[in-house]
Amino acid sequence: MTSKRKWLSAPYTLWSLVFIIIPLCMIFYYGLTDKTGAFTLENITAIATAEHARALRLSILLSLISTLICFLLAYPLAMILANMKVSQHSFIILIFILPMWMNFLLRTLAWQTLLEKSGVINSILTFLHLPNINIINTPYAIILGMVYNFLPFMVLPLYNALSKIDENVVNAARDLGADNLHTFFRIILPLSVPGIISGISMVFVPALTTFVISSLLGGSKILLIGNVIDQEFTQASNWHLGSGLSIVLMLFIILNMIASAVFDKEGEGSML
Amino acid sequence: MSKELIHLNNISKSFDGQMVLDELNLTIHENEFVTLLGPSGCGKTTTLRILGGFATPDTGSVVFDGQDITKLPPNLRPLNTVFQKYALFTHMNIAENIAFGLKIRKKSKDYIADKIRYALKLVNLEGYENRMPDSLSGGQQQRIAIARAIVNEPRVLLLDEPLGALDLKLRQEMQYELIRMKNELGITFVYVTHDQEEALTMSDTIVVMNQGYIQQIGSPESIYNEPENAFVADFIGDSNIISATMIEDKLVSILGTRFACVDTGFGHNKPVDVVIRPEDVELVAPTEGILTGVVSHLIFKGVHYEMEVMAGGFEWLVHSTALHPVGEKVGIRVDPYNIQIMNKPESEDEEAVAVDI
Repeated sequence: MTSKRKWLSAPYTLWSLVFIIIPLCMIFYYGLTDKTGAFTLENITAIATAEHARALRLSILLSLISTLICFLLAYPLAMILANMKVSQHSFIILIFILPMWMNFLLRTLAWQTLLEKSGVINSILTFLHLPNINIINTPYAIILGMVYNFLPFMVLPLYNALSKIDENVVNAARDLGADNLHTFFRIILPLSVPGIISGISMVFVPALTTFVISSLLGGSKILLIGNVIDQEFTQASNWHLGSGLSIVLMLFIILNMIASAVFDKEGEGSML
Repeated sequence: MSKELIHLNNISKSFDGQMVLDELNLTIHENEFVTLLGPSGCGKTTTLRILGGFATPDTGSVVFDGQDITKLPPNLRPLNTVFQKYALFTHMNIAENIAFGLKIRKKSKDYIADKIRYALKLVNLEGYENRMPDSLSGGQQQRIAIARAIVNEPRVLLLDEPLGALDLKLRQEMQYELIRMKNELGITFVYVTHDQEEALTMSDTIVVMNQGYIQQIGSPESIYNEPENAFVADFIGDSNIISATMIEDKLVSILGTRFACVDTGFGHNKPVDVVIRPEDVELVAPTEGILTGVVSHLIFKGVHYEMEVMAGGFEWLVHSTALHPVGEKVGIRVDPYNIQIMNKPESEDEEAVAVDI
């Protein structure tokens, strides 16, 4: 019986081997060797060079800002959703999930068109005799793109965590004398921590590693670490350096995963 | 009776057009153990939520100690609630849970520490300060929920089916615990349950509710022995509810046979319902009974036998310590004071009648 059932997992095993394990091994091989095939840590330490470090710092900064904005936008929304009846909120959740069904690249390209100097938004603003906004090819546009693309990933885990809080637990806090503010900071916020952690990692990780948003909305001037790695692979054909920098980036992702595993025992993020 | 503490005046409440409470009036006295008893959907929990401030009545007012608190939010009310399924703060340990209300009131550290110790002693969970709620059993969590409420020295403790999730043995234990705590604290308990045994065991006063109306208010004895209508009789304990005719004062015709009773004032030849508790039906030799019948079912219940006796075209439920095997011919006797006469409801489906108190 058991051995027969094991065969059922064969396609998945093969899939992971070909598309996850082998590529990962290749990254580590390339990352830890030089062009001659000799072992080296240079590709890893290359992160410390001014250009790479700047890209990494900018990536972290923009990701943090985007994550923070997503959190501030998503938390009130998730609270409103969690307090709604199922019949009412499913429509609003649909509105939030709907854009996720569209291709990520398309959505970002749409923003490029919208934000261009003579793009849709500015045409409307000109028509209304209002000052134009010129944020395309600036970090602001990148943040906008990140927030727009990753906001649903923040809303859903927060919504999951908040709707799991027993109404009577909130009532109990009120009953024991807590006003709204106190109830929020002492009860609701701490109880939603798993959702917060999960939301943060689900926004922060893709924001940190993105190179599409930055190249479409940031022009070629602003390099994030994702763009640097992309260029090493596609333009400089330096797989060794690209892999080395990828390993460094992976380190951040692993740290993030550890943090979520510690705080998000309930698996708030697992529904996505 | 002691001082009147809470008045619910003409409280009505509906949800989505469905009437849950209809013109409810209730007075709760100081130091009373009041139980709101009824089947689910009878409005008992809504009444408790209105008392706690978690629901606002559509009409009517809640007066606490002379002060109208109808619009007061829960955090400003001098009552505390023990919720169904405990509602402990799972991210805090037991001491922090109990201290929650006291910290908000900015009590001193020493005072809080004293109170925690006192409360844990009261609920028999000394030494549990640093445990997390999840590591406690259901019964222990329930005790903590009580401790968390009572440290705030509320004048009234509201309890919403607090024993509902516990197993039978623990539930019985906790009933005695609650009575002890109430006596020790000397405060008013308002208790909601659908379990009639729980209500009979613990209460000073039972309020039987059905479909948003109060059916009867009274001591456990009076509710059990003198139910005012068929609903109360049926809901509280087992009973034989039989259609009958009141011939005159102290004489009732049940299933065509005349029985002496003690009730008066129902008029002549008036259709009524009679309630006879199964333990009040005496089985005697066929010649000695007022009615004769045949035992049709027999179940051993531990303390007594539960029998069904077909007599006069009605299946009588009988509890007796004496065994009468199935098929035996028996006589039925009922003492006059064990026959409870009730007015018939106006129509068949008008089970829930508003009772004037």
